[in-house]
Amino acid sequence: MKVKADYYYSEEHEWVRVEGDLAYIGITDYAQHHLGNTVFVELPENESEFAAGEVIGVIESVKAVADMHTPVSGTVTAINEELEDSPELLNEDPYGHYIAVLKMTNPEELKALMNSEQYAAFCEQQEE
Amino acid sequence: MNYVPNPPWVVQQMLESMGLASVEDLFRDIPEELKLKRELNLAAPLAELELRRELSALAAKNLNVDTYPCFLGAGAYDHYIPAVVEQMLLRSEFYTAYTPYQPEISQGILQAIFEYQTMICNLTGMDVANASVYDGGSALAEACSLACDVTRRKKILVPETVNPRYSEVVRTYALGEKMEVIPVSCQEGVVDAGAIAALIDDQTAAVVIQHPNFYGNLEVELEKIGQAIHAHKSLLVMAVDPISLGILKPPAAWGADIVVGEGQSLGNSLSFGGPYLGFFATTQKLMRKIPGRLVGETVDLDGKRAFVLTLQAREQHIRRERASSNICSNEALCALAATIYLTVVGKQGIKAVAKRCHQLACYAKQQFVKAGFKLKYNQPFFKEFAVAVNDPQAANAALLQAGIIGGYELNDALLFAFTEKRTCAEIDRLVAALGGMERE
Amino acid sequence: MSKLSFEKSVAGASAFSLPRCDIPPEAVTVEIPQNFLREEDPLLPELSEVEVVRHFTELSGRAYGVDNGFYPLGSCTMKYNPKINEWAARLPGFANIHPLQPQDTVQGALQLMYELEEMLCEITGMDSFSLQPAAGAHGEMTGAMIIKAYHNSRQDYKRKKMIVPDSSHGTNPATANMLGFEIVQVKSDERGLVDLADLRSLVNDEIAGLMLTNPNTLGLFEEDIQQIAEIIHAAGGLLYYDGANANAIMGITRPGDMGFDICHLNLHKTFGTPHGGGGPGSGPVGVKSFLADFLPVPVIEKQGSKYILNYNRPLSIGKVHSFYGNFGVAVKAYTYIKALGKTGLKEACENAVLNANYLRTKLTDHYDIPYNRLCKHEFVASARKQKKESGVTALDVAKSLIDRGYHPPTIYFPLIVEEALMIEPTETETKERLDEFVEAMLAIDREARQSPDKIKAAPQQAVIRRVDEARAARRPVLKWSPEK
Ligand SMILES: Cc1ncc(COP(=O)(O)O)c(C=O)c1O
Repeated sequence: MKVKADYYYSEEHEWVRVEGDLAYIGITDYAQHHLGNTVFVELPENESEFAAGEVIGVIESVKAVADMHTPVSGTVTAINEELEDSPELLNEDPYGHYIAVLKMTNPEELKALMNSEQYAAFCEQQEE
Repeated sequence: MNYVPNPPWVVQQMLESMGLASVEDLFRDIPEELKLKRELNLAAPLAELELRRELSALAAKNLNVDTYPCFLGAGAYDHYIPAVVEQMLLRSEFYTAYTPYQPEISQGILQAIFEYQTMICNLTGMDVANASVYDGGSALAEACSLACDVTRRKKILVPETVNPRYSEVVRTYALGEKMEVIPVSCQEGVVDAGAIAALIDDQTAAVVIQHPNFYGNLEVELEKIGQAIHAHKSLLVMAVDPISLGILKPPAAWGADIVVGEGQSLGNSLSFGGPYLGFFATTQKLMRKIPGRLVGETVDLDGKRAFVLTLQAREQHIRRERASSNICSNEALCALAATIYLTVVGKQGIKAVAKRCHQLACYAKQQFVKAGFKLKYNQPFFKEFAVAVNDPQAANAALLQAGIIGGYELNDALLFAFTEKRTCAEIDRLVAALGGMERE
Repeated sequence: MSKLSFEKSVAGASAFSLPRCDIPPEAVTVEIPQNFLREEDPLLPELSEVEVVRHFTELSGRAYGVDNGFYPLGSCTMKYNPKINEWAARLPGFANIHPLQPQDTVQGALQLMYELEEMLCEITGMDSFSLQPAAGAHGEMTGAMIIKAYHNSRQDYKRKKMIVPDSSHGTNPATANMLGFEIVQVKSDERGLVDLADLRSLVNDEIAGLMLTNPNTLGLFEEDIQQIAEIIHAAGGLLYYDGANANAIMGITRPGDMGFDICHLNLHKTFGTPHGGGGPGSGPVGVKSFLADFLPVPVIEKQGSKYILNYNRPLSIGKVHSFYGNFGVAVKAYTYIKALGKTGLKEACENAVLNANYLRTKLTDHYDIPYNRLCKHEFVASARKQKKESGVTALDVAKSLIDRGYHPPTIYFPLIVEEALMIEPTETETKERLDEFVEAMLAIDREARQSPDKIKAAPQQAVIRRVDEARAARRPVLKWSPEK
């Protein structure tokens, strides 16, 4: 299971990469592995607003479906439309493909998230 | 008659192998006080020969459309079913199979469904069709529910010209309070575009248009109605007669977003109302929201073409309470009948059948008019129209006396249907019998 | 590879002709305005009759039904479908009657439906039945509507929650959601049964009801059913019986006696009507008398010696089907019940339970069976041992069974069992068949240890190998297009 340094992680297996006040949000390697072959990604609408914990998208695999929650609050400034045609990118390189970018309204929320070491330990615990 | 194959001594052997003394031991997990301590109050078992006698006698109490010509329609039609359809349906690899969950041993069924989906798309002009839902009424209800889901709105406009049985089913499905059914009254047997424009608003998820409608009429203002609907970003849900699509413009050309209908006409017997075939087609845009099974093309490990149930993440077994429909078993064998039917009649046949129905209806209209009858509505129709009569019930009774299964009773008219099975001679008899009665 | 009918099409070929047109030539018209007419013919195949027959015969050769062999598909009750039933449903007096014919002309059909309803009442311990629902899930929906209508009729509008077990079939929560209920999941305990403590903690005056299968989807009888009924009823809720597993209890015990208020039956499971490759089914709904007024319209009533359809039922939920449900399926179930009669249904049930326990016992040493005790008509084994030892999963076991001539069991359901293999032999299998199946399962277990790659490469004997499901779902091709 790959974990990326310098990313923030949620217990729902989403990652956040921060650039200024922008949060890039995606799903982790653990998440893609457990979902299996992703076949469809339902993206949020640009400019829509979300509070931390709300569902911003849905990821479908052949045999499962999972909600994608945003770990931070904010307004969507970009979505990764590439995923609409190539959902398999989430399997191939989950950290290289964000699902949406949010302009954060409360960066303090990042403090509640895990760092890469904590997340790696969290995943190990989940596996038991 | 029983179909349990193990004789008692084998049963005993099996019990012993498990260390059980008797069959009762198999049920010791059921609390004693719940057990039925008597025989079921049913008749004694019957041998096959007795079954034949009993069932034949019951069937003989019904008047079937092979004995009397049938002019009843109103949602179920006496079309001809080619012998090939009946024969092929008896292949038990088809009819004794379950839903094709395991693609490797179900390619035949999956391919047939794929062909069916293609045929429904080609008839309706739509992009995607599912493997079937229960019947015309439930197909319409599912369509309305899908419309509410994707538009996040609640109102569904349902004109009076929609089959009242379908609208009733929609109203029942609306018990879930996820949709609100708004009736639209109609004059002259068609929907008035003005009436739709007056009722439609930004809360309207969809408008249902049946075309040809329940009274057999073409919805002459369809184009304007479609524009009004789309101007409000509502969906146009059309219910259509698949046979009519042999000659009528496909619903996609009218801008339909969802097309449903009763597929019984396609190779399925009348069978007192079921099993029938709800067909369901929509646009590419709504593909991932469509209810029910879908078969898709893919390849196997060797790169060979293969078919498989797909987009299953929509369905109840994966999405559970978040699935937009609960449908599981559908009407696969009826869809197979439709597939075989459409393969038999083919491109030319469907057109010929549609044309013949319409021409016979036109002939009937001429004869009715000649005999002094008035049509209830003065609208173009496909294969059904309503004839004004004083007492529809009495008129039907008289027709029955004359050896004819009459029409569907409206308040002041009889709605007659004309399939390719009818002949001019039968129509002449119908007109004469009704004429004789009305003059009395 | 089997070509599609469209790919076999030859322009001008035909398997169909209409009778000579007897409309006088001068009377032949088309009175449809031009802009309502089709411009292009619908694209349908053009084949001669012999080619149509060969096409579908070929397709049938690539399908597998109960008549082909053992079909232990759990929860689906793939029992033998008696041939006499097919004959009965095709009698012209049943197959060729219009649903809107005058009631006097369909007395035989109404009588059959009326009597079938009465028989189903007796079998389930319910007071009234409706044959209108077209499948199990449709029956559930009708039942959930009745639950809603009942609470509404008492102005008890706060009951917005429906309880379903975590082992429940997907149609249960999906159905409740369609009716606008919020779904509350009750846990299974270590016995694999409804966790009573959890259930107690969930009920309150917002509970509309509980939907339950008994025996449950693990094939285990919910022994505490009376207490469950008490808990739900005390909270003012109703108890719904999903009758998918009724083959395990018929003639032995009845949902009506267990405390259920509403139930559906799957005629296409319990009563021997064929599944048709995915339908038609039939899911009649039965209720206790206090709910009878809510049943769909019309109801069939007997007046003297005459049967009538009564639409005048002000409290009815309305219609759930355009007509009266899948009558043709009802004819088959009626014939089946008449054949088995008062003793045969119970015998069928006993043998279904016997066969399931026989298989369970024989597989015990080789497959993990998480809830390994007396089961009813089915049991759930697990391939988790094989998966751990050799990486062979439930899916691999299923595919290997295909190579050995079997239809696989239901896999990955219920969700509470890992690597689930849900096995339901039904009563119509001989001991020899079961022994052969056990042999096949043991051989797979052996091979999993010796040469797991072989199992993972299965099937090899089928007309195709494993399919790329991800590809099908990522870039869906849902119809044939000529340009390809
Ligand atoms: C436990 C259970 N409930 C409900 C259903 C749904 O029945 P149907 O497919 O007839 O809608 C099934 C069918 O597999 C089932 O096994």
